[in-house]
Amino acid sequence: MSEIPADLKYSKSHEWVREEGGMITVGITDHAQELLGDIVFVELPEVGGEIDLDGECGVIESVKAASDLYAPMAGEIVEVNEALADSPESINETPYDAWVFRIKPTSSDALEQLLDAAAYTEVVEAE
Amino acid sequence: MLIFERSEAGRFNSAQRIAGQESQALRLEGIPQAMRRKNSLQLPEVSELQSVRHYTQLSQKNFSIDTHFYPLGSCTMKYNPRGCNTLAMLPGFLGRHPAGSEQLGQGVMASLYDLQEILCEVTGMKATSLSPAAGAQGEFAGVAMIRAYHDARGDETRNEILVPDAAHGTNPASAVMCGYAVKEIPTNSEGDVDLDALRKVVGPQTAGIMLTNPSTLGVFERKIEEIASILHQAGGLLYYDGANLNAILGKTRPGDMGFDVIHINVHKTFSTPHGGGGPGAGPVVANERLAPYLPIPMVGEEKIGGETIYRWLGEEDCPQSIGRLSAWSGNVGVLLRAYIYARMLGTEGMERVANYSVLNANYLMKRLQKAGFTLAIPQRRATHEFIVTLKREAKELGVSAMDFAKRLLDYGHHAPTTYFPLLVPECLLIEPTETEDRETLDAFVEAMVTILGEAENSPDQVKGAPWTLPVRRLDDVRAARELDLNWYQRD
Repeated sequence: MSEIPADLKYSKSHEWVREEGGMITVGITDHAQELLGDIVFVELPEVGGEIDLDGECGVIESVKAASDLYAPMAGEIVEVNEALADSPESINETPYDAWVFRIKPTSSDALEQLLDAAAYTEVVEAE
Repeated sequence: MLIFERSEAGRFNSAQRIAGQESQALRLEGIPQAMRRKNSLQLPEVSELQSVRHYTQLSQKNFSIDTHFYPLGSCTMKYNPRGCNTLAMLPGFLGRHPAGSEQLGQGVMASLYDLQEILCEVTGMKATSLSPAAGAQGEFAGVAMIRAYHDARGDETRNEILVPDAAHGTNPASAVMCGYAVKEIPTNSEGDVDLDALRKVVGPQTAGIMLTNPSTLGVFERKIEEIASILHQAGGLLYYDGANLNAILGKTRPGDMGFDVIHINVHKTFSTPHGGGGPGAGPVVANERLAPYLPIPMVGEEKIGGETIYRWLGEEDCPQSIGRLSAWSGNVGVLLRAYIYARMLGTEGMERVANYSVLNANYLMKRLQKAGFTLAIPQRRATHEFIVTLKREAKELGVSAMDFAKRLLDYGHHAPTTYFPLLVPECLLIEPTETEDRETLDAFVEAMVTILGEAENSPDQVKGAPWTLPVRRLDDVRAARELDLNWYQRD
């Protein structure tokens, strides 16, 4: 069973979300990196770009497949994790530290729409 | 080992040296100084025998349709009949140059004209252009034609192409290359396009839809006529990805299903050699509506005084064409092989291709199901290919689809397509094609059953495979992260 930290929020498309001072940080879950296999390339979204809820914002490429990343909340991309360009494998190694991008959300209520750890566990188990 | 690593200064291939001449001075006087290369060409210096041995040994390491069963789903790896090769290599074909006169090229042009007609007949369309130099270029041409059609009508607000989530990755890529936004349509659990979802997104912004039928899930899209009418009512067009045409040859035609344009991978359905970086061909075929936009050149036929004369059709003949895709007329050598293949089969033979490719796939599917493998869409009959999902094996035994694929190589079978379509986890997409006999299919089932037993009892044997090939399991992660594709002189 993959790791699902209790203090994070989750999307059905396997992104994790951490809220810090009005900003949210997004990465992909342990379960997602397990499914993808060895990650070899991460295409990051553009800083400053406006993004809709569930909008595509980046691509994660593994030896098996290329998967789109989706925005778990609408807002503006304020920062991306440039370090992933040189070490995409850090997502495999430490999925909850290897964040991908940060969003300044349009609305703070949006966080409530996401899944908590218990609900996300159910999503993973149903697969 | 690379041929460059066998190089030794001063060695040469004696066959290239002209008797009585030590070396021939290069005549460069006609080439401006600025355009001459500054460094010498980096070529390996090897003897004739060294190069013969090098390439023969490489070919012996190859795992190909000529040596092994090759059930690579969605790629239709069927045998390339030697007769096609022999006839396409006749001096009368080989000696033609595309800039030669039409008068001297009537034989080649008659063959190409016939091929255009055959492809129209097979697909139920109006006109063919043979000029795309690969399937991907054929796809690009098809979408560019859809764009040209809307533009010609002044209908410039259409900016979206619909693509089902089961589609080949090239479909959305071609749409984007033509300046369209891509909208994904979900597939239902039976493998058909979700019609409710389709109705919701179709509108005045829809330029068209790109579909493969049968789909990459190996099932026939049953609601295709309804899809066509939804699209056409909204003013959109239908593009047919010809990847899976093999399953329906002589049975049903994209034109009859309501498609407006199609590209054909002749290396799949018409059995020309597959890639390897070599020349390809991806003819594009259109109905009445889109025919004026086909890429040039095409071959036209004229009757003059009881005689049939063939000539190249260019911009003057096809003013609405999307234009040229390459300097000449596509890869004629490949097209000739497709033409000969079609002529050898005839109408009856084409239907036989569909019959046996579908029969072989369903036979293999049922036998694997009985042997305990899980099918992705068990409730549907397969077309020419089907999907096994190894999700249970991966979860319970820790042996993945990739491990199965690698172990199959040890048993003398090329691996099926793995991890595609993306919708199905841990999947193998298996396409036996019509050219395989029952013994081969049975041997494949036996190998799969043996591997399943190994996965249960000695999983390391599967996870470490292949054990018997010239190379062991390759580090595909490192290969992807540290690309090393060129040889550079180290001095």
